[in-house]
Amino acid sequence: MAQPLLEVKDLKQYFRINRRFIIKAVDGVSFVLYPGETYGLVGESGSGKSTIGRSIIRLYEPTEGDILFQGVNISGKLSAKDTTHLRTKMQMIFQDPMACLNPRKKVIDIIAQGLDIHHMYASQQERKEKVYRILDMVGLSREHANRYPHQFSGGQRQRIGIARALIMNPDLIIADEAISALDVSIQAQVINLMKDIQQETGTAYLFIAHDLSMVKYISDRIGVLHLGHMVETGTKDEIFQNPIHPYTKSLLSAIPQANPKIEKKRIAMSYDYGTSGIDYTKGVQQHIGGQHYVLATETELKAWT
Amino acid sequence: MENKKKEKVLSIKDLSITFKTSAGEVNVIRGMNLSLYKGETLAIVGESGSGKSVTVKAIMGILSNNGRIDSGSIEFTYHRGDKEIKEDLLKFSKKEIRRRINGKRISMVFQDPMTSLNPTMTVGAQIMEGMIYHYKTPKKEAYQKAVSLLELVGITNPEKRMKNYPHQLSGGMRQRVVIAIALACDPELLICDEPTTALDVTIQSKILELIKDIQEKTGISVIYITHDLGVVAKVADYVAVMYAGKIVEKGTVDEIFYDPKHPYTWGLLSAMPDLNCNDDKLYTIPGSPPNLLHRIEGDSFAPRNIYALNIDFRKEPPMFHITDTHYASTWLLHENAPKVEMPGELRQRIDYMLKEAK
Repeated sequence: MAQPLLEVKDLKQYFRINRRFIIKAVDGVSFVLYPGETYGLVGESGSGKSTIGRSIIRLYEPTEGDILFQGVNISGKLSAKDTTHLRTKMQMIFQDPMACLNPRKKVIDIIAQGLDIHHMYASQQERKEKVYRILDMVGLSREHANRYPHQFSGGQRQRIGIARALIMNPDLIIADEAISALDVSIQAQVINLMKDIQQETGTAYLFIAHDLSMVKYISDRIGVLHLGHMVETGTKDEIFQNPIHPYTKSLLSAIPQANPKIEKKRIAMSYDYGTSGIDYTKGVQQHIGGQHYVLATETELKAWT
Repeated sequence: MENKKKEKVLSIKDLSITFKTSAGEVNVIRGMNLSLYKGETLAIVGESGSGKSVTVKAIMGILSNNGRIDSGSIEFTYHRGDKEIKEDLLKFSKKEIRRRINGKRISMVFQDPMTSLNPTMTVGAQIMEGMIYHYKTPKKEAYQKAVSLLELVGITNPEKRMKNYPHQLSGGMRQRVVIAIALACDPELLICDEPTTALDVTIQSKILELIKDIQEKTGISVIYITHDLGVVAKVADYVAVMYAGKIVEKGTVDEIFYDPKHPYTWGLLSAMPDLNCNDDKLYTIPGSPPNLLHRIEGDSFAPRNIYALNIDFRKEPPMFHITDTHYASTWLLHENAPKVEMPGELRQRIDYMLKEAK
């Protein structure tokens, strides 16, 4: 098997609220991401999916555990060279495209900011050319380069966010709820765009979302998070055809289907961690088959399958 | 149920709304007709910018100051004692509608529960506020009612929660509190503007089931605004599809989902991700919605419509009658129009859905 692009090993991210109270946002999560693939992280709010993304890109200092990017451990202190490498090869797309674009800068300057910082062009002409090429790639026109973010619609703004990430030619893009704030028809456009770009450039995505139906479209493999634990992971078919963990099942059953005759009568399965009697800290990753793993103890696994 | 005469709660006629902006006048609602009956649920779907939210804001009388209502009426029917009262909501002044309608007869649930709750007031005080303002309910009684409302929306330990502040609650709980506030004065009509967009799927399904449950218990009418067709399938009796300030198709939920007639509805249904099919690409409607700054010639959807006829670019289609509940505004339904069927993939999908439902 190919060398993994990103390896997250037993990542723990705790936040100390006060002397007596520590929030365990991420509690021992491991997964790998191979070059050119899309890994979807799903879970409800508070499950730690965004925290994982932020820990990987070093917005937080991990409490414990290792993160390996292209074989280099990036969880501890980094040399200047490694930091530069990381800052160019790993990029992030945020949820709210309005909040993450500087309203006082023109689109061309927003997109070229990474180039400016890392001195990645020889002349102004080259800088412009690079931005135009990326704009073209994400389906915007050259005239858009001299506008300000507020002059764009939501879907176009998200395209600018994608363009800004792409211009560094990254190997990994972390998309944190990149489409949640958009309309259904626009979501489809952005998803298609991201897929096209992946085919063209071979970049890998870590796709964080709570909308399972969209995650299914874009991901090769999916990890289901709950309360900071990875409860189930596998290829998308393994997860969707053969969900094992009760939380995954309830998550899947909660997706509303656009079929009124069925949907009217259906009541989503509910899952409550407190009353279910499952203790995530006791479970270990049980191998189901292929790349399919479930967090469970032996007895739990027997009861579920 | 079918034979019982249905009571109209809300009837919008010929509504037209214009916003004055620095770029010129934008005609966002261009002649809208819609009615809602007692105890039923209407879902308004459409892309952002199609005018869904503006419509309900007009009903609530909370249009922003640069908005102007050009024509039309919104007739609202309610009961005071045994008397049935009909009033045109557009005739009210802002003050009047605030005193007599908002929160009392019609209440609204907004998208983001954190921004619609007051962070400096306890949850209990916020639920009681409306009752005390509108009905001058004694404080003790209001407190009792607030506790029972919290129970109704499925919050455990309601008496303890009354003293909580919004930031102490989770997103799903906050939205439940907002619904409790909306229901505090026993309104006739509940408007939910994307009530679950900010929430997780698991909580979303709980909130939707909750609203449905409450509707069964109290018999109020509900208007949903959403762009999630899965949500529509779950809750709605009637669906109105909006595009560029107009309703392009309306009908019962079964008619819209299993027998759509308008090309835009076809596009919307096709663009939806489907868990059962394994296409590589999601369908998208080509192009983008029209800029309403400019006057629209003919059918507003024509430039994005691969089935558009010549007449679509010149003349606006009227609402064609399909069944007594189902109407669509497209020239394809005219008797002289060439016969055009919905796209093959959508046909397949609908057939599959029908088979699954059996």
